[in-house]
Amino acid sequence: MITLEHLSKVYGAPGSTAAVDDVSLTVGSGEICVLIGPSGCGKTTTMRMVNRLITPTGGRVLIDGQDTTAIDTVALRRSIGYVIQQVGLFPNMTVEENIGVVPRLLGWDRARMRARAAELLDMVGLDVGQFLGRFPNQLSGGQQQRVGVARALAADPPVLLMDEPFGAIDPINRAAIQDQFLAMQQKLKKTVLLVSHDIDEAVKMADRIAIFRAGRLEQAGTPDEILVAPANDFVGGFVGPDRTLKRLRRKRVSQVHVPLVYSVGQQVEVAVDGCHGTIQVDAAGLVVAMTADGRAIGPVSVRMDSDLRVVVSELLRLAVPWLPCVDGEGRLRGVVSQAAISRQVSGASVAASSDAVSKQGGGNAATP
Amino acid sequence: MLQHPENWRWRRAGSVAGLVLGVCATEAQAAGLGAQLLGYRSEVQYLLGQHMKLVVLVAFFSVGLGVPLGIWLSRPAMRRYSEGVMQLLNIGTTVPTLAKLAIAMLFFGLGTGSAVIGLTIATLMPIVRNTCVGLQNVSPELLDAARGLGMRHGQILWRVELPNALNVIVSGIRVAITYATGTAALAFLIGGGGLGELIFTGIDTNEPAMMLVGAITTCLLAVLVDLLLYQVQYWLIPRGVNPYRPLRAG
Repeated sequence: MITLEHLSKVYGAPGSTAAVDDVSLTVGSGEICVLIGPSGCGKTTTMRMVNRLITPTGGRVLIDGQDTTAIDTVALRRSIGYVIQQVGLFPNMTVEENIGVVPRLLGWDRARMRARAAELLDMVGLDVGQFLGRFPNQLSGGQQQRVGVARALAADPPVLLMDEPFGAIDPINRAAIQDQFLAMQQKLKKTVLLVSHDIDEAVKMADRIAIFRAGRLEQAGTPDEILVAPANDFVGGFVGPDRTLKRLRRKRVSQVHVPLVYSVGQQVEVAVDGCHGTIQVDAAGLVVAMTADGRAIGPVSVRMDSDLRVVVSELLRLAVPWLPCVDGEGRLRGVVSQAAISRQVSGASVAASSDAVSKQGGGNAATP
Repeated sequence: MLQHPENWRWRRAGSVAGLVLGVCATEAQAAGLGAQLLGYRSEVQYLLGQHMKLVVLVAFFSVGLGVPLGIWLSRPAMRRYSEGVMQLLNIGTTVPTLAKLAIAMLFFGLGTGSAVIGLTIATLMPIVRNTCVGLQNVSPELLDAARGLGMRHGQILWRVELPNALNVIVSGIRVAITYATGTAALAFLIGGGGLGELIFTGIDTNEPAMMLVGAITTCLLAVLVDLLLYQVQYWLIPRGVNPYRPLRAG
């Protein structure tokens, strides 16, 4: 757990404008907290005060309840993973040596460092045999940042600081590396402070979002809380007028679908929750659906763990009021309707839904 | 009036060849020159030894002093002064080596010692400059990453800064020592010995063969030193940042 208590940083004489002004924030263990705001808002300065790359001029930082000033600065930094936008891999070292930087500082033996490097390389999705002996200049930007993440995780630090880690990567690779990081985080449960200027990234990654402006913390909360109720015009402007659509990205089909009971080959008449029509599943498992006015729906691309933004996109594309949804093996599990999605994001269900936010819905909510 | 470029090139080559032949033909009989040059074998052997001793001493002191000085000037605490010191070194570089040797002689008298001191000062400057600039130009994000991962100052210097600045540093050393090998011929003028003895005596006594043998040997030695230091660059600079051993693209 990271606790910031009245943290401030003033450059120059006391009384000059503060880069960070009285910021208090708590990040729970295993949470990803995204610090976000326009350039120069103090988000990076705040992050860098956690591992004391910048010394605060006021307030304090606690990690698991312990004041960081009580810990030797170098020991503190070795216990905190650090990832930066420019990656900062050491070009004179191989991938293996780069990942082994902190273990070497901690005095691990060679065999253990090599095993750990291979394990981490595998975890970030790079082929061990191919990449362990390469140099950073031989890697693409995306590959470099994967190694950068592996290096930060090498000594298994409980806390991770990430300064716009995916900002310099092209959009396709960025989405892939974000997804992979989230999947890793499911297992690793690190406490992460991530600086970003991309609200979509924040909504996708964060358990908590902290929005900064001119050194002050404007609002902190779950993505849903911030998207439902921006504290002021600045936050409202920052999250954008399409904030309801952004909320959909963090909700899963499994949260709103209506389960169906059916048997293979049988034609199911659907008449629930705004869904009217028929669905047939043939012996090969192919799902064929039809709306009440006779239009075909499909091919079915909506899965139980799809986010609702994808569903809305599909509903609009096919111009239908509902869709069947399938599980990971393509078996029909139920139906999801526009009405159910509207209910989910309308004001009435905010209280109920905000605690149901989860990043990986999985297929656990449905029982056919 | 444009001449055909091909034609022009041949003409130039011809005139250069003619000039060389002419010089040889008038200054000494071409056949006799080789024998004359070989006649200085024992002198060359002795003076080459002296010359090499000079170069080794100068290299030892200029690298031993220049690199630490460069490192010291590149430290953040020195950043305010390093630019001024660097300017001073630049001015120092413009002073002719002969003048530096003369000044060294004024203070330390005649002999090898003065020659080594004068040549070391001349050689020191590019080494200090390259070391300092090389270290200052290491990307700030590497230093940020190194600090953020928990390296101490010394560890950052040895594991990140020096390896990544090594090419610039060794390039400076290579240029400086190669230059020193040539200019060590001037050491003779202040009693430092070396191959300069053949060159200057040859000039003074109007014996071109003696002058040539000194000049050619000095030249060959300088080329050899340069090749040797190239090997140092080739093998010493870490593989990942070694421009002489390019990596295959990923």
